[in-house]
Amino acid sequence: MSTASTGKSLAFTAGDGYHDDPPLVAGNLSFHEVTDLVALHTEKKTPMAWYGAFSIANIGLMILLLSVAYLFWNGVGVWGLNNPVGWGYAIVNFVFWVGIGHAGTLISAILYLFRQKWRTAINRSAEAMTIFAVICALLFPTIHVGRVWAIYWSLPIPNQMEMWPQFKSPLLWDVFAVSVYFTVSLVFWYVGLVPDLATLRDRTPLTKKLRQKVLGFFALGWNGANRHWRNYEKAYLLLAALATPLVLSVHSVVSFDFAVSIIPGWHTTIFPPYFVAGAIFSGFGMVMTLMVIARKVYHMENIITINHLEKMNIIILLTGTMVGFAYITEFFIAWYSGSPYEQYAFINRATGPYAWAYWTMMSCNLLFPQFFWFKKLRRNVAFMFVVSIFVNIGMWFERFVIVVTSLHRDYLPSAWDYYTPTAIDVLTLIGSFGLFFTLFLIFLRFLPMVALAEVKMVMPQSDPHFYEGHGDGHGAAHDLSAGKPESDRGKS
Amino acid sequence: MLKELTRETKATMGIYEPRRDKVYGLLAEFSDPGALLHAAEGVREAGYKHFDTHSPFPVHGMDRAMGLGNSKVGYITLVGGITGLAVATWLQWWTGGVDYPLDISGKPFFAWEPSIPIMFELTILFAALAAVAGMFALNGLPRPYNPLFYSENFSRVTDDAFFLHVAASDGRFDMEKTEQLLRDLGALYVEVIEDLGTEQGPAGDVRGEAVEKAQA
Repeated sequence: MSTASTGKSLAFTAGDGYHDDPPLVAGNLSFHEVTDLVALHTEKKTPMAWYGAFSIANIGLMILLLSVAYLFWNGVGVWGLNNPVGWGYAIVNFVFWVGIGHAGTLISAILYLFRQKWRTAINRSAEAMTIFAVICALLFPTIHVGRVWAIYWSLPIPNQMEMWPQFKSPLLWDVFAVSVYFTVSLVFWYVGLVPDLATLRDRTPLTKKLRQKVLGFFALGWNGANRHWRNYEKAYLLLAALATPLVLSVHSVVSFDFAVSIIPGWHTTIFPPYFVAGAIFSGFGMVMTLMVIARKVYHMENIITINHLEKMNIIILLTGTMVGFAYITEFFIAWYSGSPYEQYAFINRATGPYAWAYWTMMSCNLLFPQFFWFKKLRRNVAFMFVVSIFVNIGMWFERFVIVVTSLHRDYLPSAWDYYTPTAIDVLTLIGSFGLFFTLFLIFLRFLPMVALAEVKMVMPQSDPHFYEGHGDGHGAAHDLSAGKPESDRGKS
Repeated sequence: MLKELTRETKATMGIYEPRRDKVYGLLAEFSDPGALLHAAEGVREAGYKHFDTHSPFPVHGMDRAMGLGNSKVGYITLVGGITGLAVATWLQWWTGGVDYPLDISGKPFFAWEPSIPIMFELTILFAALAAVAGMFALNGLPRPYNPLFYSENFSRVTDDAFFLHVAASDGRFDMEKTEQLLRDLGALYVEVIEDLGTEQGPAGDVRGEAVEKAQA
């Protein structure tokens, strides 16, 4: 009954077998060891460190609830909004959080369509991050409307006024885009989870009745049947194909909120692609921040290898440069348009009262990722962690620059004002991180943080032809040196 | 006729009827995906229809080995997408153009240009939900009870074990001959699965009479 032949002591390689690609799963792990490595964290006793982190996140969540309750009681006057600057932190935070979500969908859908097998190590947690980020994002426009109890007016629900939402408004497109994005991401995530929930279910001892029932319920009776996998893989492919244009549309629609208006600094056609690139950039920053911590804390170095991190850094470099290029293009177009309002808006951005925010954005988003041209720095975990934090900060400031600097100088100079956030603004932003990390910690504790079935699928032993020839893996694998442990590689 | 159709439809979902003596089928374990693929080919060539392979991940080339055609999920998704597009068009046209027309700076009550974003979003939404609902429906899931779960070893199917199950509802099923075939194909062991129903108490209390055989 032994399945030792699928176990260790086999030569490992990934990729096409011709190039010297490092294996996607390091450390010569067997299928069972991969299962153990991931599933154990949901089964063992909750570590004290988790409680510590969860308490801190919960304090953040409490701050959010209190500041939102204070806002509901008093109205949006508690925020720093003033007359020309009618959109402040709430919209900045909204765009920031939606953007964060985009990396998860990029990893789960776009990289899937491009057959980027390395995505399997990070896609589960990146998708979870997407969902939690979009929850944070949905919060902000909801509380920003002022009269929260009337938020249902934004949905086409028959009501006593016999009125309907205005479908010609980009703000309404946004309601649809973000809520569809949330729903599809959630469904996509759950479909991916089903086989792994079945894995957890089957590992549950008979004594744990409640755990068995809950997992049995959510695993839907999954049993790995090939007749099921056939439909499952097709549905997964279709979801990826649907989520790809969706994710590109979501931040495009978010950018319409700005671009469809006639405010100088907002009214530009570059916004949709520039917002999408920025969203992916910021999202990868956040994925990197989370993964660097999670792989260390949960000892996932063999599954989320340094090669995975390096690939993510290349995407950060690429998208960061795209965003930087868009910043410069905006300036060029402002000059080239010949519109004095447009020119003023951009010169004011770089040299006006908010120059500090502008140059924070420029340095964090354009400058810092450029260090990733160097392979040494791309593979330095501490360095990439620092850069990922800078990316998060820089992308928050990008939205701040877009929203606030464009608004604070109106067409009428007598209306000009300077926007300063209040303590409630800042506390709500901090609180949204509390909400995000609370949800993310719950995910890490109770769900498999790596897509087990998908990781197993990219391991060389999953290939049926792997067992041909001498039965020692030479059927599919050519490169024996790739099987060396993580520590030995990279020297050659 | 209808009964036969129902039975065959259920069989495509992996739901089979047990024999009168409660035998559900034979479950064989194989050492690795390669052996499983080879066994599936062998079982198909022997003329069996009601059989399935179970693995922790989809095995490449298994659909062909089992003689399964293309999945129907795509058609369901297409229907979902068209429905979403129709709903979005109707919603925006009827609410803005018919039920409560609002004249805003002389703009048309309904025009397709500003309607595109919502048409797009609802197309995606309906298509995605149809893909998932269709996938689960075609798979006959959720199915909390499955006689295969009576097998102690089968719990490793979501971890690192590879199984082939031949259902007793198959016309060619024969306890001895099928078992011999599975062993000839290199099964590590063959086990009889009985459909004991859910009344027998919680899973784990009653096990099917496992006929474990050493490797052939």
